[in-house]
Amino acid sequence: MAQPGDRMYARTHEWVKVEGETATIGITQYAQEQLGDVVFVELPAVGRQVARDTTMGTIESVKAVSEVFAPVSGTVTAGNAELDGHPELINQDPYGNGWLVRLHIAAGATEGLLDAAGYDAFLAEEGAH
Amino acid sequence: MHRYQAGSEDRRRMLAAIGATSVEQLFETIPSGVRCGALDLPSAQSEEEVRREFWAYATANAAPECFASFLGAGVYRHVMPAAADALIQRGEFFTAYTPYQPEVSQGTLQAIFEFQTFVCQLTEMDVANASMYDGATAVVEAVLMARRLLPGRSRVVVAGSLHPEYRAVLDTYEEPAGLGLTEAPWGSDGRIDRQALAAALGPDVCAVVVQSPNVLGVIEDLPAIGEAAKAAGAQSVHAVAEATSLGVLAPGGRFGFDVVCGELQAFGIPPAFGGPHLGFFATRQAHLRQMPGRLAGETVDSEGRRGYVLTLSTREQHIRRGKATSNICTNHGLMALYTSIVLSLLGKKGVRELALASYATAEYVKSGVRGSGLGARLAFPDGPTYNEFLVLHDDPDGLLETLKKEGILGGVSTTRFGARFPSGVLVAATEKNTRQECDRLIDALRRLA
Amino acid sequence: MNGTKALRARERLIFEHSSAGRVGYQLPHLEVPAADPAATLPAELLRGELADLPEVSEVDVVRHYTRLSKWNYSVDEGLYPLGSCTMKYNPRLNEELARLPGLAQLHPLQPDDQVQGALALMWQLEQALIAVTGMTRVTLQPAAGAHGELAGMLMIRKALRQRGDNRRKVLIPDSAHGTNPATAVFAGFDIVEIASTAQGTLDLAALRRQLDGGDVAALMITVPNTLGVFEPDIATASALLHEKGAFLYMDGANLNAFVGVAHPGKMGADALHINLHKTFSTPHGGGGPGAGPVAVSEALVPYLPVPMVERHGDRFVLSSDRPDSIGKVRGFYGNFGMLVRALAYIRSLGRDGLRGMAEGAVLNANYVRKGLEGSFKLAYDGPSMHEVVFDDTLQAATGIKNIDIAKRLLDYGFHPPTMSFPLIVHGALMIEPTESEGIEELDAFIAAMREIAREAKETPDLVKGAPYTTPVSRLDEVRAARQPILRWRRGAE
Repeated sequence: MAQPGDRMYARTHEWVKVEGETATIGITQYAQEQLGDVVFVELPAVGRQVARDTTMGTIESVKAVSEVFAPVSGTVTAGNAELDGHPELINQDPYGNGWLVRLHIAAGATEGLLDAAGYDAFLAEEGAH
Repeated sequence: MHRYQAGSEDRRRMLAAIGATSVEQLFETIPSGVRCGALDLPSAQSEEEVRREFWAYATANAAPECFASFLGAGVYRHVMPAAADALIQRGEFFTAYTPYQPEVSQGTLQAIFEFQTFVCQLTEMDVANASMYDGATAVVEAVLMARRLLPGRSRVVVAGSLHPEYRAVLDTYEEPAGLGLTEAPWGSDGRIDRQALAAALGPDVCAVVVQSPNVLGVIEDLPAIGEAAKAAGAQSVHAVAEATSLGVLAPGGRFGFDVVCGELQAFGIPPAFGGPHLGFFATRQAHLRQMPGRLAGETVDSEGRRGYVLTLSTREQHIRRGKATSNICTNHGLMALYTSIVLSLLGKKGVRELALASYATAEYVKSGVRGSGLGARLAFPDGPTYNEFLVLHDDPDGLLETLKKEGILGGVSTTRFGARFPSGVLVAATEKNTRQECDRLIDALRRLA
Repeated sequence: MNGTKALRARERLIFEHSSAGRVGYQLPHLEVPAADPAATLPAELLRGELADLPEVSEVDVVRHYTRLSKWNYSVDEGLYPLGSCTMKYNPRLNEELARLPGLAQLHPLQPDDQVQGALALMWQLEQALIAVTGMTRVTLQPAAGAHGELAGMLMIRKALRQRGDNRRKVLIPDSAHGTNPATAVFAGFDIVEIASTAQGTLDLAALRRQLDGGDVAALMITVPNTLGVFEPDIATASALLHEKGAFLYMDGANLNAFVGVAHPGKMGADALHINLHKTFSTPHGGGGPGAGPVAVSEALVPYLPVPMVERHGDRFVLSSDRPDSIGKVRGFYGNFGMLVRALAYIRSLGRDGLRGMAEGAVLNANYVRKGLEGSFKLAYDGPSMHEVVFDDTLQAATGIKNIDIAKRLLDYGFHPPTMSFPLIVHGALMIEPTESEGIEELDAFIAAMREIAREAKETPDLVKGAPYTTPVSRLDEVRAARQPILRWRRGAE
């Protein structure tokens, strides 16, 4: 399945969509499929500084808890409040309404991330179908 | 062949089916270097022979039921409704596995849900788990949860009057869990010294642990302690060792405590030389995902029928593994069922009546002690108590030995708890102690103490 | 086809049975004067009646819990082929003996001279477990396997720290039970996962590499492993560990496979927990209580929890004279009631019956393996001991997963095998019949599984919609987790 081309991807299955100095972050279709039905999401507080490749939250399904890694460094400016009552948005619309957080980032923060084709290739390598 | 195993013909047929000539073939992968010979144990015994051996063990003990018994100090003698033990002897309950397959485990799951409800009612908390091993480990779990909730803080203020058995287990975890334990001693009334508590609190404290009624039998000022902990930004933990006290005493849940935990043995669980008893753990909704232990939750099946399942399992070891909220797996499920049954039988009125009877019996003994001119021996005359109090004595072991000769097990000697505690006997009285037994104890103390 | 039957379709909560004025118990008449707590206690510390506790009669209670019990499957009813759980028969004699007043009524703080029988019993159990394991001493304190793991790892930690050694790494195979890593973290260690070989056993080369890297405190391993395969290189592994000053922790969950055949002591185990509620038949109780005694090697004896039962001639004492002990891991001395049951079992079986236990367990597992080969894919084709792991690969073509097979098995009147564990096998079905089962029960299980394999191929939708004959059908676990309702509340319907 082709990933949306308007964003970048991390090998830990997060996506980053940059608009100016704001990065919106979520998890990919593959990630939500692996997790199963999401029951609970734990997000970092507004104002928190997150460092790339470190844990910034968790997503819980019935059978697993997955860590969400920050694909870029930045400061949290917003968390998706909808997920409180509707964690299933992550399953239903992982690239849209299932977004997790918004960060204020510096220029060049997305250096080293994969583009859509790169992420697809990565998935194929990993043996995902 | 053995009566608990399959027979020789079963074996013969199975070996033939798998194409093996003997069972020994099936152990071929076990290297000779690790093999053992015949086990150094007696041969198989019949039921009769095993009974004889165990009756000998049983009769070599001084069973409290044969005495006027006033033993307490964390393990209490209360009524044991006949129906409770009868029900847990149903094979469907006691030989059932953990309810991982809910469709064939609704009996166990609904019973857990009811138990969780009972614990919430007793503690006035939002959520309770399916049980812990015992009071001591429940307190440890509360402290570890506080540490997780307040990651920058590692110190724990512990009341000096916390049961020494509970404290000993906390001590074991201190270094591995990276905790620092600070003791807040008791004052002249047997309650936590408020100034010492205030001095001990600080921004590095993650939890304050207080037992009430405490090991000295004294009831603590929970509202004040809860306030102090809150003001310091620490979690407050109310530990309970004598659970029937919850029939008349307000629990920490009423005063904003973060955790009410401890031991439910007092509700009719056999003392059984220390176990199995029943740890319980109750906390606030906000801490739900950091809570240790199993949880049964309500849901519906595909036909919309109400049913129960183990839930929020992602906190637990089998999923979270290294990041679990606890390593607990098997807990004390059957004891939780037993206690739910006892609480159901006692009910609203019985739980209160039981507590009032225990309180009244202890007050009777206490006033008898005062009336015998031994008032000065009451360690904490100003400290309010429930069903247990400390009688000071220079040689408590000797006193108890003499009392035993008169058919009285007068209580627990504090020499067991070390020099930190005033020398004396902890006397616990419950609804099981008749007036005659109480009079005998009072009379004996008057003569001997 | 049998399902799990219930005589009633619905059973309300005990709170929903409540009716004002009903009483379930009568307390003895109060012979001493009544006393009002308000006389001695400040009002704010008191509470009134707990308004929401139920008011039900003894009849209501007995009926309620009896009905609930009928919704449960149990060992008394039939086979539980749960891998690594060892769901064997729970002898009734043990229940009788644990309830003897001279044992059940004992208070743990009675002086030693009043409890000589209890101490003798505990001492005898320790001796029996020493005979079974070939190790040096055994603590009876832990309340469960995981608890025993913690005690064992704390002892190892202390042994290291005492000699000034600060190593932090604990190696754990990817096939391990979840309690192993959870425990290691609780004991203050860092976990390093070590991959298994293609045969599912310990990778010695990987072990050597890790040891060469230094900082390894211990290896935690289950023998036989969680695939039911005996670790052929266990003695070599322990020698390598000991050479580097590291320890071997052995998870005894699978002890049933080799009691009387092999000694963990000879495998080089430094600490081994024993699940009395597995190998030694104490009942599972729907989730405990169990008991997890830990046997140790000479090296760890100084660190054992206190107190230990010591024998002086014909007297027994509880001794806390152990200056290097890790301390206590729970209140008092152990789940004594379960220790009674375990010793009674050991006496009932005797030396030959205990070996017979392992023989029967391994034979039964291999018989089931033979019966299911071909219908299901074997996860590893090495020789099986007391348990065998299949997976759902052959059923994938029609979209059937292990959970569907499990749910359909409920309709055939059996509890499913352990699922989705070990983690290294995708879609696992771990089967451990135990030695309690005769050939008829095993044949019935094999027949049911074969039938389900056929249904999976020919009528997969039937399997996917199972179970049909249980009191409830598949429950919505997502809903339970998203909207947790963890207690009853008055008025919430």
